[in-house]
Amino acid sequence: MTGRIHSIESMGLVDGPGVRSVVFFQGCPLRCLYCHNPDTQRGGGQEISAQELCRRLVRFRPYFGDSGGVTFSGGEPLAQPEFLLECLRRLKAEGIHTCLDTSGVGLGNYGEILAHTDLVLYDVKHFDPQGYRAITGRDMDATLAFVEAVRTAGVPIWVRHVVVPGLTDGEDHLTALGAYIATLPGVERVELLPYHTMGVEKYRKLGIPYALEGVPPMDGTKLEKWNRRLNEICRRGTKQERNESYEH
Amino acid sequence: MSIDVNCTAWNGFRTGEWRHLVNVRNFIQKNYTPYEGDDSFLAPISSKTAKVWEKAEALILEEIQKGIIDVETRVVSGIDNFAPGYIDRDNEVIVGLQTDAPLKRIVNLYGGMRMATSALEQYGYHLDPEVEKHFRLYRKTHNDGVFDVYPQRTRLARSAGLLTGLPDAYGRGRIVGDYCRVPLYGTDFLIEEKRKDLDMLDGLMTDERIRLREEVQMQIRALEEMASMAARYGCDITRPAENAHEAVQNLYMAYLAGIKENNGAATSLGRTATFLDIYIQRDLDNGVLDEQGAQELIDQFVIKLRLVRHLRTPEYNELFGGDPTWVTESIGGMGVDGRTLVTKNSFRYLHTLTNLGTAPEPNLTVLWSKNLPQAFKDYCSKMSIQTDSIQYESDELMRPLYGDDYCIACCVSAMAVGKQMQFFGARANLAKSLLYAINGGVDEKKGMEVVPGIEHDLDEVLDYPKVLGNYKKVLAYVAELYVDTINIIHYMHDKYAYESSQMALHDTLVERLAAFGVAGLSIAADSLSAIKFAKVRPIRNEAGIAVDFAIEGDFPKYGNDDDRVDDIAVELVSYFSAELKKHPLYRNGIHTLSALTITSNVMYGKKTGTTPDGRKAGEPFAPGANPMHGRDVNGALASLNSVAKIPYRAVCQDGVSNTFTVVPEALGKDDSQRVTNLVAILDGYFSQGAHHLNVNVLHRETLLDAMEHPEKYPSLTIRVSGYAVNFNRLSREQQEEVVRRTFHAAI
Repeated sequence: MTGRIHSIESMGLVDGPGVRSVVFFQGCPLRCLYCHNPDTQRGGGQEISAQELCRRLVRFRPYFGDSGGVTFSGGEPLAQPEFLLECLRRLKAEGIHTCLDTSGVGLGNYGEILAHTDLVLYDVKHFDPQGYRAITGRDMDATLAFVEAVRTAGVPIWVRHVVVPGLTDGEDHLTALGAYIATLPGVERVELLPYHTMGVEKYRKLGIPYALEGVPPMDGTKLEKWNRRLNEICRRGTKQERNESYEH
Repeated sequence: MSIDVNCTAWNGFRTGEWRHLVNVRNFIQKNYTPYEGDDSFLAPISSKTAKVWEKAEALILEEIQKGIIDVETRVVSGIDNFAPGYIDRDNEVIVGLQTDAPLKRIVNLYGGMRMATSALEQYGYHLDPEVEKHFRLYRKTHNDGVFDVYPQRTRLARSAGLLTGLPDAYGRGRIVGDYCRVPLYGTDFLIEEKRKDLDMLDGLMTDERIRLREEVQMQIRALEEMASMAARYGCDITRPAENAHEAVQNLYMAYLAGIKENNGAATSLGRTATFLDIYIQRDLDNGVLDEQGAQELIDQFVIKLRLVRHLRTPEYNELFGGDPTWVTESIGGMGVDGRTLVTKNSFRYLHTLTNLGTAPEPNLTVLWSKNLPQAFKDYCSKMSIQTDSIQYESDELMRPLYGDDYCIACCVSAMAVGKQMQFFGARANLAKSLLYAINGGVDEKKGMEVVPGIEHDLDEVLDYPKVLGNYKKVLAYVAELYVDTINIIHYMHDKYAYESSQMALHDTLVERLAAFGVAGLSIAADSLSAIKFAKVRPIRNEAGIAVDFAIEGDFPKYGNDDDRVDDIAVELVSYFSAELKKHPLYRNGIHTLSALTITSNVMYGKKTGTTPDGRKAGEPFAPGANPMHGRDVNGALASLNSVAKIPYRAVCQDGVSNTFTVVPEALGKDDSQRVTNLVAILDGYFSQGAHHLNVNVLHRETLLDAMEHPEKYPSLTIRVSGYAVNFNRLSREQQEEVVRRTFHAAI
């Protein structure tokens, strides 16, 4: 079983809990306006067997401690479901914590994939269908199907949302986002990610026009208040859910 | 026995063997109080300390501007050759300076007259003509002795840059007295014990017995001078210390004698925090000291350690940038009985970085174990992130070899305190050696034959087995030459520049480690990997010397956790270590080896031609055992894993240095995550048998800005290679090399 990956970042400490190694898959069905890894969207990368990839990843286990592990990111890991599943199986067999960083747009087989996933970093592109289409170029239905699979599997979610000035920022937008997040299952945490322009150079190199030319980076400090507020909402939500389930 | 075992100085201490013979470890084990708590007990800077530090810091900043404050040119080095000096006498709780004024440097002529005068001249000073005249007339130096004896092959290797930085023109250093002996016993008892040793050293008068008898007599004299020097400051160190203040003060006096007498490259302190904690804890328990007072003692002691200076030559500064003195203090670790050796005083030492601000000295070295108390690990991690001033070395690796009372000399060199010393041996150039294997032993820059009997490789494409075969022949030759050279140096150092006050605080029958070193490990490994996995065509000049290389295809590079090339690095150091051990050492020295360059990686680069890995002539090497700048492309953990494979025990047993730089954002999203993640990284790295890690948490932009606007960053401290420096004190070339290093920045 082989797959295509863009690269391995052996130390990625911001994609999930603890010290983690991150595998960037090659290829993504979405074309998000602000994507900062356009070099992972299309073909290219390197072919590697699940066995070889996991052999390399297991070498980093001494650093993972109690909370770290491996994160599959991309690109879109769900776009290579069999390869992803094989990798997850191998890592779980080694007792390694697995994390899936995804937009939720894949090719199915979600039940089995999620059975070997400890945490989903779920990228909420937008909360309404028009906004979603404007950012990704795709309909929202596909990702909603994934959300249902996560609900069934009961895997916890960390919601991530990129805040772009003039596109996904402002009181109204974030209030509505909060309401949307409250409908998602098992949300443990919300991470608002400030839009940055570090990917722009990659577009230039790849000769792809950049849709957000001229948009300034988001000031991360402005997001702290919202980050706290959204996390409170999701904590309340989780409590409510629990209370309801006790009533049954 | 001159000490009354019921003396007040030892009141309240639990008894043990230490009461009857010199055994500091036994005293520590019987009396220390392990501390598992956090840093909340620590006290802020006292008003007295603040006043002293204000004056000292102003002088240090002035010195960075001017290069030097002053030199004593009328008197040469010696334990008791200088009048007492003070910074701010009314507020100094711990007293003692190298000369009669702070930062005024000493001239040491015993190492070599030419070096001393050139060091003076670069700063516009001249030695007193009378002193110079008499010293030249009546006293031979270490440097004279060495050059009387060096064979032609050593001279060639030296001038080509194959062996560089040899301590034949400066003090060897890396000798750490067991300074705790002075406060615990007093010099009278130590002299008595040395006299007994001298009486026992009788019988057939062999070279070694004669030499040792002379040395012990010199040690006794040094202890007497130490006591006389201390008395001029009003300190009586002839008897045991009565309280915490005297313990700190007397310990410092013992150390101070060493740095008045010698100018060794590294003049390390040892492992003193837990020893002193016993005295502090006793005074705290008796209500005669409070936490503020305890911190004041340590802060003021550390101010003194921050003022240690030696007069260096321009050549020395090129090798070891930033005016380092390696006042290395080893902190923490675990005991062989499983109790942690962390005490409250371990925290107090690190807390000086908060009370006095960051600084490169003392060289704070944490002996790391996965079993250290969690609160201490978290505190170290927090202080590393805030200050970039701490290095970590694996206690789990060293304790089984050196016991639980060892310390680090210089950067990475472990030794049992008071029982082992080191013959420092600088380093051999592995990258240049590889070029000799390709160029028939002829130097690629100077055109002269340095290594005889090597076939000149004229293949169009380099053949791996053939190059490796020739390389091993070169390394075997270098190893023999290197051992011979080190033997000469230390014979002469013992003879003409013996460190009597430091050796007086060692057991008489001391074990001698001889520390060899390598530079250019990553370049040699990558070059061999290129030859093995890609096609490498030498581009030769008219004389047939490969001056450049055309590389076709990709090849695995050291620093990516790829065994194909990492195994080559392991094979190289293992082979070189084994070759060194074939040749016996002066005074039954024990061979050790390090992969540590300090900042000499820049100078080594300058002296080495283009290498088959794609590095161009003159470009710096990576420091220590680090992967080459920017070639570790799979992230920090892969890079750490490669270095962790370099074997310590029995191979690189003098240390494997790795300097790791990460931007704060890449270490986690908030302060508490960063602290936890750094602890996990240290645990992970050391659990694999890795030896040493310097941790820097900073942005490249900060360094670039500091290069342009040094005035904005007066105390910017970074760890470079086994030590920390004030960034502003590095040369432009050294700064540029640091900026080119890999900054792990995955976000």
